[in-house]
Amino acid sequence: MQISEAWLREYVNPAISTEELVAQLTMAGLEVDSVMPAGALFSRVVIGEVLTTEKHPDADKLKVCLVNMGGNEPLQIVCGASNVRPGLKVPVALVGAVLPGDFKIKQSKLRGVESAGMLCSEKELGIAADASGLMELLHDAPVGTDIREYLSLNDSIIEIDLTPNRADCLSVEGIAREVALLNGMDWTATPVKEAKINHQDSLPIVIEEKSACPRYLGRLIKGVNPKAETPSWMQERLRRVGIRSLGAVVDVTNYVLMELGQPLHAFDADKLVGGITVRMARNGEALALLNGQTITLDNEALLIADEKQSLALAGVMGGSDSAVNDSTQNIFLECAFFAPRAIAGKARRFGLHTDSSHRFERGVDATLQHRAIERATQLIIEIAGGSVGPISEVKDDAILPQRPAILLRRQRIVKMLGITLPDDQVQRILVRLGMCIDQHPEGWLITPPGFRFDMAIEADLIEELARVHGYNNIPNNSLLMRAELGKATETVLDIDRVKDLLVDRGYQEAITYSFVDEDIQQAVVPEDGLIKITNPISSDLSVMRSTLWCGLLKAALHNLNRQQNRLRLFETGLRFLNVSGQIQQQKMLSGLILGSYYPGQWGERPRKVDFFDLKADVQALFSLAGRPVQYVPAKHSALHPGQSAQILSQAGEKIGILGMLHPSLEKQLGFETQVFLFELSQDLLLNKTVSRFKSLSKYPSVSRDLALIVKDTVSADDIIAAIKGSNETTIQDIVLFDLYRGKGIEENHKSVAVSITVQNFSQTLTDVEIDAIFNNILQKLAKTIGAKLRD
Amino acid sequence: MVWNGRLVLWHFLITPHPSTSCIVSDNLDEILAQATSSISDAQDLNQLDQVRVHYLGKKGIFTLQMKELGSLDPERRRAVGQVINQAKDRFQEQLQARKDALDNIELEHRLASERIDVTLPGRGQSEGGLHPVTTTLRRIAKIFASVGFSVVEGPEIEDDYHNFGALNIPEHHPARAMHDTFYFDAHTVLRTHTSPVQIRVMESEKPPLKVIAPGRVYRCDSDITHTPMFHQVEGFLVDTDVSFADLKGVVYQFLRAFFEKDIQVRFRPSYFPFTEPSAEVDIECVMCNGEGCRVCSQTGWLEVMGCGMIHPEVFKAVNIDSESHSGFAFGMGVERLAMLRYGINDLRLFFENDLKFLRQFH
Repeated sequence: MQISEAWLREYVNPAISTEELVAQLTMAGLEVDSVMPAGALFSRVVIGEVLTTEKHPDADKLKVCLVNMGGNEPLQIVCGASNVRPGLKVPVALVGAVLPGDFKIKQSKLRGVESAGMLCSEKELGIAADASGLMELLHDAPVGTDIREYLSLNDSIIEIDLTPNRADCLSVEGIAREVALLNGMDWTATPVKEAKINHQDSLPIVIEEKSACPRYLGRLIKGVNPKAETPSWMQERLRRVGIRSLGAVVDVTNYVLMELGQPLHAFDADKLVGGITVRMARNGEALALLNGQTITLDNEALLIADEKQSLALAGVMGGSDSAVNDSTQNIFLECAFFAPRAIAGKARRFGLHTDSSHRFERGVDATLQHRAIERATQLIIEIAGGSVGPISEVKDDAILPQRPAILLRRQRIVKMLGITLPDDQVQRILVRLGMCIDQHPEGWLITPPGFRFDMAIEADLIEELARVHGYNNIPNNSLLMRAELGKATETVLDIDRVKDLLVDRGYQEAITYSFVDEDIQQAVVPEDGLIKITNPISSDLSVMRSTLWCGLLKAALHNLNRQQNRLRLFETGLRFLNVSGQIQQQKMLSGLILGSYYPGQWGERPRKVDFFDLKADVQALFSLAGRPVQYVPAKHSALHPGQSAQILSQAGEKIGILGMLHPSLEKQLGFETQVFLFELSQDLLLNKTVSRFKSLSKYPSVSRDLALIVKDTVSADDIIAAIKGSNETTIQDIVLFDLYRGKGIEENHKSVAVSITVQNFSQTLTDVEIDAIFNNILQKLAKTIGAKLRD
Repeated sequence: MVWNGRLVLWHFLITPHPSTSCIVSDNLDEILAQATSSISDAQDLNQLDQVRVHYLGKKGIFTLQMKELGSLDPERRRAVGQVINQAKDRFQEQLQARKDALDNIELEHRLASERIDVTLPGRGQSEGGLHPVTTTLRRIAKIFASVGFSVVEGPEIEDDYHNFGALNIPEHHPARAMHDTFYFDAHTVLRTHTSPVQIRVMESEKPPLKVIAPGRVYRCDSDITHTPMFHQVEGFLVDTDVSFADLKGVVYQFLRAFFEKDIQVRFRPSYFPFTEPSAEVDIECVMCNGEGCRVCSQTGWLEVMGCGMIHPEVFKAVNIDSESHSGFAFGMGVERLAMLRYGINDLRLFFENDLKFLRQFH
């Protein structure tokens, strides 16, 4: 909310500077966002009256004006504004004036014609950001008066970011109450007198929805002057709180809204048919609103209606058919209390947000309506005249907010705040807050004032005590607490350890958005069901990722487009799966590599990364977990069918997948290099085995190398499985150390070199025993996979 | 070349001494002088070994002389033997000195030949790095773990009950509108804060509870200072006697630990539906030390987190008795803390994953 400091200080005027006032509000929970001068700095600008205008002899768009400044001689000023005309009162920058932006006004000649100053727009004076022409002052503006004085421009506009609970501060009076409280001062409320009743006419009022509208006041004011102008002080105050002047009656309702915090609405009484009904809309009922929008309602919208039609969306906005305009003479003034629950969300449903809905949905003082309607009546009569009818009130006391007393316990204050406040201090604060206090054996029974409709429970009162006492006057305690020793589990691997390993192996961690472009998601994993956001921020962030690859591929392209042609990236986070309508959220770890294996360096021949570079990284991760896994050829829509492997646990769980990005996808996404990817389920990866000691043999081990010829289709795993299948218990280690195809090897065959280490736990193996072991192994190899020894 | 007794290759090259036929102790001085000169003439360890063999080998001059001692009478034998041994010792000393010198020359030579340009870069794999958000999260977790807080994570696609309802934000509450929520359907959202984890933990576990909940959160907002996804850390503590003063102490100590500086901290009254009393926490601007700058909008203060005492309605939703128990909760934006800590001036950089950005953090 935006308020004028000068306006505020009419109610309460502590002897503190603007800066101090602002700091005080901020520290009381009314956070000040900004402080702006009401008008920019300028000098020597006074009110003038244009007497005559004549066309400039040498310029089509310029006019030569004589301007009465209140002295004997009018000034001759050349002006190019389209709205300059005789009789207009305008701000005039005299010779010697300095306008915002250090713009100095001098006596000058404009196309040969003398000009002794400048007629100003609101923009030139720094009052408004934009202006279409000269600033037009009211007809009664006193000629010769300094404009700063006339507009009270020596003022600050304070923008306060109010939290939703402090709707009691959505008015100048509300802020004044708070400033008075903070400074231990009294404040002066706007004096409101009951208007003299001139006639007895009224409109019948029926409330069908009393729970939504427990109080409704109406009054007919007849014969107001439709041409009445809003006085400049009111226009200027409205401008400073951010409200445009729209005519005297509407300005008065807005003024009272800002002054007291009570929204009012004025109907053109001559456009109403019969009485007023507050009711729920019928399904499909239409309403043309003041802002030109026509909305179609349903039975959840609260309406103000007459016998014939809907008139207004209650507490939100009036309708255009019954609106006051510059020919309205008879008005029906509405001043109601709408329950927050009845208004909350209603404006938003129709894309509306008004000063009225903002207040009603947060809460309005339910005791304020009489005072507000009298205040509005008083201002309308002052400005536009008229004859006043009686106030018609319909209410339901049983539904109006009840204010039961709240028990505030001494012991609870200590427990919640950690400090002991003396009783007299507690009482002093509560009294200053406007609370009624009754003593109670455990503390006090508190009845909050009507304007503190946010006070409902003990915690609300304790918060107020802390706030007024000052949060910074409460000590910063060190924790004293019961504690149990924590766990240091070895059955779950710490993801931080995994991340560190990847970092040590040259990976850079990325964090990409969890929502991705639907097109990329469809291209990478067309088989996954989409999880769409109904209100995405943009189409390229519209579906939840079902693989982290979408984001990593995008990050890779971002970097490739910025001359980074070697990448090692990983990311951890959730993937989101749509499993027949059910959303599953799984923690994943994914990685991507491309470009050369090593960074550019001397002494190493550069080579591109391949599948096995990535696999080495993945294997390193599993060795952290201490669990054997199996890599089996796999099919994945995003991967090269001949270079992708699924990772299975011993129990057959699918832990993850790795492989080369499918060449067609590589092309489609715009990569000009091979990309390798892995993705692992964190839960399965981090499932760690606790290490288990095995005794060491003290006898020497023996390694023998075998060069085997096998068919191309025989995998490394097949060879190792066959060796293990020999059931030789002395085998300690099997290392595959060479692979050869080509000259000297039969077509469709390959040579695989394997080193096998054997060792016995009870004695040194003899040559005869070793020969027997290897013969057995070779037989098993020959039998199961047709392996032969290479000549 | 090896200084090795078994290598006798050069033995045959040595010319026999002309005076071996007689008792040579008379010309021992001459032999020694000659030997000394041979030693200093040896230019490498090979040549030196030849000299050694010439004098001390099986048929060496000193060896032969010692053999001839046997033909002398015992008295003379001792006297002559002593003289020969002295000469031999002398020879060996000179031999060793020369060997040391030659060893030294050879080492010098090796050292010179093995000189490299140590300013050439090392070889191998590149160094990676953690994302600054992770580094920041780890530090936050470490600080709280030191007093026994445990880390809990929760789902990111949440139901509106856990994200709003249970946190005392009923439907149509103005605070819901302030959250700019992403929806999947009327009751399924992307969590707008990490506070739902507080509800999930309190639903399933009994106090005392000391938990921090880090993670991604989402708001339907994107401009220079907002990204639609960012990270928060929620923390809360529930026990029988937890007060606002305890909360203040924890937050105060945390911020000083995080920024490794005795910064000023202030608590401002604020409003969150799920805490009461609620506070915003400001720190003295770390960019200008509170002098006032662009980052702190000239105020000297920076808002860094929100906190408060857990609201009785929240306890009610999770069946914890708010008469016997109390607790506090706090929440902070991780990117904001990372930006202040590392001086990052553009929030959007966090999710572009540009290597030039990421590599600046270790």
